[in-house]
Amino acid sequence: MLEKLIFEKSSPGRTAYSLPECDVPVGPIEGLLPKHYLRDKTAELPEVTELDVVRHFTRLSQWNYCVDTNFYPLGSCTMKYSPKVNEVVSRYDGFVNLHPYQNEEQCQGTLHILYEIEKALTEICGMDAFTLQPAAGAQGELVGMLISRAYHIKKGRKRNKIIIPDSAHGTNPASATMCGFDVLEVKSNRQGLVDIEALSAIMSDDVAALMLTNPNTLGLFEKDILKIAEIVHDVDALLYLDGANMNALLGIARPGDMGADILHLNLHKTFSTPHGGGGPGAGPVGVIEKLIPFLPSPRVVMKDGLYKWQYGLSESTGRVKGFYGNTGIIIRAYAFLLFLGGDGLRKVGENSLIKANYLMTKLADHIEIPYGEKCMHEFVVSTKKLEASGITTLDIAKRLLDYGFHAPTIYFPLIVADALMIEPTETETRETLDEFAAAMIKILEEAEKTPELLKNAPHTTPVSRLDEVQAARKPNLRWQKKV
Amino acid sequence: MPGKVNYIPTTEADIKLMLREIGVKSIEDLLQDIPKELLCKPINIPDGMSEMELRRSFKALSDKNANFNKYTSFLGAGAYEHFIPSVVDHLSDRGEFYTCYTPYQPEVSQGTLQAMYEFQSMMCELLAMDVANASMYDGASALAEAAVLALKYKKKEKIIVSKTVHPEYREVLSTYLQGSDVKLIELEMENGITSVSDLESRIDKNTSCVLVQTPNFFGCLEDNEGLAELTHKNEALFIACVNPMSLGIIKPPGEYNADIAVGDVQALGNYVNYGGPHAGFFATSKELMRKMPGRIAGATTDSKGRRAFALTLQAREQHIRRGKATSNICTNQQFLALRTCIYLSTLGKAGMIEVGKLNVYKSHYAMTKLCELDGIESLFGNPFFNEFAIKVSGGGVVRDINRHLFEAGIIGGLDISRFYPDIQNAMLLCVTETKTKENIDKLVQTVSKIIEKG
Amino acid sequence: MNFPEDLFYTKTHEWVKKEGEDKVRIGITSHAQSQLGDVVYVELPALDRTVKAGEACTVIESVKAAYDIYAPVSGKVTEVNNDLENNPQLVNEDPYGKGWLFVIEIEDPQQLKNFLSNKEYEGLCQAK
Repeated sequence: MLEKLIFEKSSPGRTAYSLPECDVPVGPIEGLLPKHYLRDKTAELPEVTELDVVRHFTRLSQWNYCVDTNFYPLGSCTMKYSPKVNEVVSRYDGFVNLHPYQNEEQCQGTLHILYEIEKALTEICGMDAFTLQPAAGAQGELVGMLISRAYHIKKGRKRNKIIIPDSAHGTNPASATMCGFDVLEVKSNRQGLVDIEALSAIMSDDVAALMLTNPNTLGLFEKDILKIAEIVHDVDALLYLDGANMNALLGIARPGDMGADILHLNLHKTFSTPHGGGGPGAGPVGVIEKLIPFLPSPRVVMKDGLYKWQYGLSESTGRVKGFYGNTGIIIRAYAFLLFLGGDGLRKVGENSLIKANYLMTKLADHIEIPYGEKCMHEFVVSTKKLEASGITTLDIAKRLLDYGFHAPTIYFPLIVADALMIEPTETETRETLDEFAAAMIKILEEAEKTPELLKNAPHTTPVSRLDEVQAARKPNLRWQKKV
Repeated sequence: MPGKVNYIPTTEADIKLMLREIGVKSIEDLLQDIPKELLCKPINIPDGMSEMELRRSFKALSDKNANFNKYTSFLGAGAYEHFIPSVVDHLSDRGEFYTCYTPYQPEVSQGTLQAMYEFQSMMCELLAMDVANASMYDGASALAEAAVLALKYKKKEKIIVSKTVHPEYREVLSTYLQGSDVKLIELEMENGITSVSDLESRIDKNTSCVLVQTPNFFGCLEDNEGLAELTHKNEALFIACVNPMSLGIIKPPGEYNADIAVGDVQALGNYVNYGGPHAGFFATSKELMRKMPGRIAGATTDSKGRRAFALTLQAREQHIRRGKATSNICTNQQFLALRTCIYLSTLGKAGMIEVGKLNVYKSHYAMTKLCELDGIESLFGNPFFNEFAIKVSGGGVVRDINRHLFEAGIIGGLDISRFYPDIQNAMLLCVTETKTKENIDKLVQTVSKIIEKG
Repeated sequence: MNFPEDLFYTKTHEWVKKEGEDKVRIGITSHAQSQLGDVVYVELPALDRTVKAGEACTVIESVKAAYDIYAPVSGKVTEVNNDLENNPQLVNEDPYGKGWLFVIEIEDPQQLKNFLSNKEYEGLCQAK
């Protein structure tokens, strides 16, 4: 094994903490709190020294790939560089050491940021207002679904269905179901886009909304988006846009102009906030004017020259998170916006397109690209042709790790067999893309000549391929002290 | 202007080369699929700035906030100021921890995965529960997801939650239940804790779960043992929402047979950050393990037989089950869970007891001293951990007291009427290990002066 | 890949074995388990649960997927294979024997006429 568990390094009596002596009267706890409120058995937390803690976690960190060390072309995740200045400014005392229930007068700096970023996002996306409350994209989707539900109920009707393309991310149907809707799937056509006829056929006045990702998960722009919006609006359903792929649209086209009624953004994707190993992120939700009353409460408003929280929105669908949202993440995103300005954001959009197409061109002669001759900010390849030689998409992904690249997203979207979804993002150099393309080509050669290298990959990583079957069959989810 | 944005590394030459390789003349050729009328004008936000200007402008904004390094804060109510050991920032600031992604490729993510496993283990120890996930968005949504689980598992229409649970948590609960057919019942409180008689009269075999928070919103310790027993008699799940900082000394959910334990780990090594990001925890029994939402790391072996860790039980999650998933959650708050893991490693077995004691001693000292003042008395008089409510009679409105306190450099407690309108002139104060005797004495003296004047 | 003669089959890859006049034992076929990959967990229906033909009543999980298994007939679940809790791999190793899933007491013997013979099922698999 690589590194013992911190528990396995414990030795009774060792400590790593430093707390001051108590400067107020002390006594037995039982004197202050009746015994039946107190713990019977002590928690078996680690007993180590500070150096143990430092070595342990430093060494653990060294077994991770991360954007700061490796190229991470994970499609749909937008693994762009997280600027360090954002880390610095979001850690200023006034931001981190501020309590959400302090009087608004004491929080004008943070409230200014929340107010201004909302304005900026409405401008960037072409929407009329944003809530910053959702903690993640999936939570944003939930809010979007709740707003859809409330909108129709207010009009005196109960609509039960949400239409979702078969290429959609799993959170889409999960969010719809969580909200009590039934999901109707609409098929993609031969170009990988929403089949307009199929959409028209299933559109009805039992449909509350269409959840659409544009560009879609194949990295293609839904060129019939205006027609799609029309079909949706003709029955007074709502068009929900999943903004996971917003990176392709920055400064290029705006969801609001496309007819989106509701939109969620992923600040940890498009707006560079760090992924943190799987969170935290933030999933602001934008709406057009008629849906503003349904947004979660409270919202920041400007009143008599001061920023204030406004509660009690008449038709708010309700809160999804305690306090106001992931403020620390929002501050980082705002720093990103301010640094780039309007021009810089356009550069982000343009460069994400150029780099994805460049990489696609480099790979086009070597691997099957089932949809699209050009793409937006990401593209999907298929390794299906290698099936005959017994090589799977997983094998290719694992072998890429040996070449020092994090694998792209695999087996998604579901409409492409054996898919690899590749998104370079705008922050990579041309040389990195060249290296990645060269590695892919080499691996595809290896697949023919020395397939065992792939089947048993990865070879150079700290651990080799894991037995995930065992992990699921016999779940071992925690350490326990041996009695 | 090329080169101005230091993290978009594309010169004019690079662009020319790439466009040529792609086989197009200009960027516009890549936009062919977009209807012309959608191609937008330049975004109307202020021009970009340099790193230096950015830092200056954010510093100025930060300085507009009254932070608790400048003022002494006695606010709690779900977001807690605790001492964060230096190693926590130092270690979690490593790029390998905060710029990596979800560990879907375990071979290159053992750092994150082992930290997850250790976090899960530590939470299980602290909570005395069988299994825990790798964290959720926050305590409020963890509570809501617990209720959703109970509903799906027991399939009974009643969900009972105490009024002493944090009001914002109850709001989130209500939001998450909007999509289901439930009877959400709020239990009355009696003298600051959940009314047992109200639970007795409202619970029946048609109940999926009962949700109680301890210490509750008012800081009072609830009689969870009794409430759990009553809940189980009616074959419902008992869900305990707890403050993990208290669990060094306070009885953990496992010791009173809670079926699910939830709450927030912000107090353990994470900044208050104006309310977010925080991180929820979710722990349960072996029986309910496969119904848990969220990410879970598990131990296994690699092809060479070495111990290693991977995300597991993924078949519950949205990327596989899609519409039938246990939840739509697609993230955990790994960065905060990591910090909590480092925090708990640092405080350790003895430290969690000691810091718990400091919280108890200091808060009880503060309460005693405050109640010695004329016009101040304890609102409920229940046992508490580090938060308590006082009633101010004849001294003036809480809002005015807080205004005067602020002038003296103190951020006073929460005006309870903000959330419980029928509890007027009462303040919820939190005293953690970060407060010195001087801080507390100054609070008491200042309050005393304010009341005298008023 | 085998297709035992004494069993019936469904289009959704379950096998059905008649036991006495009023009971059927159900599992998934060899073809199905090979498509699924290594089974890691089986969520069986509760005993005494009443199911309708076509109703999803079991979930079989592999590492990367989860599949619904549908009741081939209407009736009451009278037995479930508890061995699968600790040994889900039995579904892969012995799908027609030790890897059985559950037993249903049938309401309507007429429903038994809707199944495929082993030859018909084999044909279905090969057509795919």
